[in-house]
Amino acid sequence: MARLYTKDHEWIDVAGSIATVGITDYAQAQLGDVVFVELPDAGRAVTKGGDAAVVESVKAASDVFSPVDGTVTEANQALADTPALVNEAPEGDGWFFKVELSGDADLADLMDAAAYKAYTDAL
Amino acid sequence: MAMNTQGRPTTPIAGPDTAAPETFTGNRGLHIEEALIFETGRRDVTGVDVDDPGPFTPRLGGHARTAPIGLPGLTEPEAMRHYVRLSRQNYAIDLGLYPLGSCTMKHNPRLNEKLARLPGFADVHPLQPLSTVPGAVDLIAELGRWLLELTGMASVAMSPKAGAHGEYCGMAAIKAAIAARGETRSIVLVPESAHGTNPATAAALGFKVVPVPARADGTVDPEAVKARLSPEVAAIMLTNPNTCGLFERDVVAIAEAVHAAGAYFYADGANFNAIVGKVRPGDLGVDAMHINLHKTFSTPHGGGGPGAGPVVLSEKLAPFAPVPFVRFNPDGSGEFVETRRQAGETATPFGRITAFHGQMGMFVRALAHMMSHGADGLRQASEDAVLSANYVKARLADVMTVAFPDRPAMHEVLFDDRFLEGTGVTTLDFAKAMIDEGYHPMTMYFPLVVHGAMLIEPTESESKASLDQFVGTLRHLAEKAKAGGVADFKAAPRHAPRRRLDETRAARQPKLVWSDPAEETRAEAAE
Amino acid sequence: MRYLPLTDEDRAEMLGAVGVGAIDALFADVPADKRLAGLPALPLHQSEIAVERRLAAMAARNTTAGAVPFFVGAGAYRHHVPATVDHLIQRSEFLTSYTPYQPEVSQGTLQILFEFQSQVSRLTAMDVANASMYDGSTGAAEAVAMAHRITRRDKAVVSGGVHPHYRGVMRTVSEMAGDRIDTLDPDPAGIEDILARIDGETSCVVVQSPSFYGHLIDLRPIAEKAHSVGALLIAVFTEVVALGAIEPPGAQGADIVVGEGQSLGNPLTFGGPYVGLFATREKYVRQMPGRLCGETVDADGKRGFVLTLSTREQHIRRDKATSNICTNAGLCALAFTIHMTLLGEAGLMRLARLNHANAVKLADALAAVPGVTVLNDTFFNEFTVRLPRNAAAVVETLAARGILAGVPASRLEPKRSDLDDLLVVASTEINTDDDRAALVQALKEVL
Repeated sequence: MARLYTKDHEWIDVAGSIATVGITDYAQAQLGDVVFVELPDAGRAVTKGGDAAVVESVKAASDVFSPVDGTVTEANQALADTPALVNEAPEGDGWFFKVELSGDADLADLMDAAAYKAYTDAL
Repeated sequence: MAMNTQGRPTTPIAGPDTAAPETFTGNRGLHIEEALIFETGRRDVTGVDVDDPGPFTPRLGGHARTAPIGLPGLTEPEAMRHYVRLSRQNYAIDLGLYPLGSCTMKHNPRLNEKLARLPGFADVHPLQPLSTVPGAVDLIAELGRWLLELTGMASVAMSPKAGAHGEYCGMAAIKAAIAARGETRSIVLVPESAHGTNPATAAALGFKVVPVPARADGTVDPEAVKARLSPEVAAIMLTNPNTCGLFERDVVAIAEAVHAAGAYFYADGANFNAIVGKVRPGDLGVDAMHINLHKTFSTPHGGGGPGAGPVVLSEKLAPFAPVPFVRFNPDGSGEFVETRRQAGETATPFGRITAFHGQMGMFVRALAHMMSHGADGLRQASEDAVLSANYVKARLADVMTVAFPDRPAMHEVLFDDRFLEGTGVTTLDFAKAMIDEGYHPMTMYFPLVVHGAMLIEPTESESKASLDQFVGTLRHLAEKAKAGGVADFKAAPRHAPRRRLDETRAARQPKLVWSDPAEETRAEAAE
Repeated sequence: MRYLPLTDEDRAEMLGAVGVGAIDALFADVPADKRLAGLPALPLHQSEIAVERRLAAMAARNTTAGAVPFFVGAGAYRHHVPATVDHLIQRSEFLTSYTPYQPEVSQGTLQILFEFQSQVSRLTAMDVANASMYDGSTGAAEAVAMAHRITRRDKAVVSGGVHPHYRGVMRTVSEMAGDRIDTLDPDPAGIEDILARIDGETSCVVVQSPSFYGHLIDLRPIAEKAHSVGALLIAVFTEVVALGAIEPPGAQGADIVVGEGQSLGNPLTFGGPYVGLFATREKYVRQMPGRLCGETVDADGKRGFVLTLSTREQHIRRDKATSNICTNAGLCALAFTIHMTLLGEAGLMRLARLNHANAVKLADALAAVPGVTVLNDTFFNEFTVRLPRNAAAVVETLAARGILAGVPASRLEPKRSDLDDLLVVASTEINTDDDRAALVQALKEVL
């Protein structure tokens, strides 16, 4: 399934019942140098639109929301030691966490890559 | 994600064209580089001669220290140089205009320092019998009376240690007053332009913060407040004048709506300097307000503190003030109330928020400031502060962009970064360029309600010549930015003790205490 | 008016530049019916001489510690402060500078904060320390809130040996936040069983050593029990000089150490301003309250210092901040660190030894006074004695004779009549043999 995007600048890949979530390249550029990422513990329940992680630059802290309901199965521990990964590879090695979906994910309000680009171009 | 876009660049740009030529020592004339005490001091060196007590039998049980501490010592001449050299790497009010908005960096009279050091104030213990410190109690009472007269309030809690601590005190009194009515209310309204301490204080007291947006002219719309009022709302925390440098002209309507909803009006007094002697918060419907003695009443900022944050309270909240407090007797004397028991039946203090009685050293300084100024001088100071801010605004309006040009500024004026559009220069660059011109930057990127905020507060302490030089400097920088001088801005500062610092590195790999490189090498080898 | 540089001509010219006729036009947004018509009902401006005369008269009515035999402690201590300290903190560049948010022009303050943090971490044997809190008591309450964030629990267990005012502050802050606090009874004998109160719901255990009553407490078993149930140990001290003589809390398993730093560099000043010391383990640093200074480099690669990890703080995190603290105790921390640097390790240990020796001499002398019992087996420079009658009355009587004998426990624990006969007595390096003899003689006469 192709990558989808939220208006709050998270991306999500859904493969079967597991979704991988991160923040977009646009978001990392706006934030500046990321210095710390607070990740959810495995087993934590997250809800669509609810707080799931915090990403910090030197002068700002931003909440990262889960685009889906589910349970966190894994967080990207590489970000704990190397938060710069969020800047270097936000939509690759800089992913944040994986979620086991609870039931069918409601993805109707998410954008595909082209729609997200049009959305950020207009910001 | 809820994206805060204030994440401006925090890694400096380096390059051979921006570097200053090096000297052999690293020193540059009067600027002398100084190592850490851990690099120059030694554990067996001391600058204090301590008498030997002779033989005795210790009573430490098995608790005596056995391991070394690892603390360096310096002799007195070495210590003197260390700190004097370091002092010269700081900007200071005594060096120049310090235009930090919402910080009120005014002159700190040295009479106040002298008086705070009188043994009768500096060398008295907070727990020696009250019968031995009548002058200290009188001083607190006298300062309290001045604060009540200037604010038009009923009572004052003197113990808060700083502004944020005062906020805590005032909001705790509100929480206690609501509980005493048998109610629980969980929401506090906070305008978007508020200092971060306001929402942080409300959260520390278990309240949920509901933001109130500003209207287009930078002030709070009473209708927006009314729309958010409910039986769940405990209070509104409103800064007035606000952090956009504007007087909340609908403050009375806001206060009335808040009171009608059974809630309280907490005023953040950080900007009291604009209105002392002009209008009394008590007359505007305020129920509680902290007063930053280190802003309005000139106690020194000291590189980050100490402050003092007495809280004035309305009649409704007066019974809930924390212990200790000073009760004003009809004969003009003060009476010190230290415990709930002594408070008697008319008062139900919510508890204690600090050991002892508050920042006595700051009280002496603030009272000396007030007595020196008097009623006339205090009002004149506010008028001069407001006039100076408006003068800066008027003189810069054509080259910079005033965020809210239509209303009179109070003691500070807010600019945004529209005038820098297309220049490549950011608010941060502009501020750093001010350093090279010998000025401390203004408050920047605050408040968050405008883009690239620059908040300038000149205070009443500046002469017209000083203001003119400041205005001339900012005009020059604005014109230079527009004329394509971006490279100089990006490289600034060049003439400060340090160039831009790598804050990203500091946050990614925090190094918060000194460690011995030799020990580190050994530890690595051992691994 | 000596502090206001603008002249009337300046004001007129500036009003003209602004484009208004009179100053009140600039106050147009203040509701007209609320503006003060005249001056506030307060005295007019006064000369330096007049102000000094008035305040000096107030000061003269207080009995100063330096003028009498002085044994008052209980959380604030009179020590000798080298003259260098007060000279240096009055330098303009320290006294009249702001919080070092602009590091390029604040390296003096920042390097000193880095040194301060390093000194505090070494004194307490902890990994990291912050750039100061208001005082020890507010630091203690912040430590409890921090422990709750780390453990995600809400119950603090507080020893009866913790300073009663500190306990009061912790109680206020806990109650206001809706958290639980289990406070043990006052423990003048140093015999409480705090281990029994620690359970699986405990977030943190708060213990003071030397205790309010002077006892030295073995923190190890408390740390062990706390850790076994997933709780943290918060170690408190009110007399930092003690750390020159006793084993530091960090070596005994403490997770957070908070204390009062007034003893070094700072005068008594009737209770403030003082300086709160706050240290913890590295793994908890992002849950710490207060400012932190860190090392980095500038654009030329030179070492420099900045305030860092600021996303914990209120000006960025707002309602999600670790604390609402903004202003700290900067200048008091400066006084502390200068005094500490002048002492160095050797000087601090000698100073601690002299304090302890003076207290031992005093305890031995008081124990020999008929009717007086020293409650402590162990102590540093402060201990508790039981008098044959009400201690507050004795203190008043001695004060009238020009001796400040100590703090009656009832002043801080007024509800506990069983403590009415207890007196907490401190002796530091300032006390002479004559001071001790005067106290002993006076006690013999009044008891």
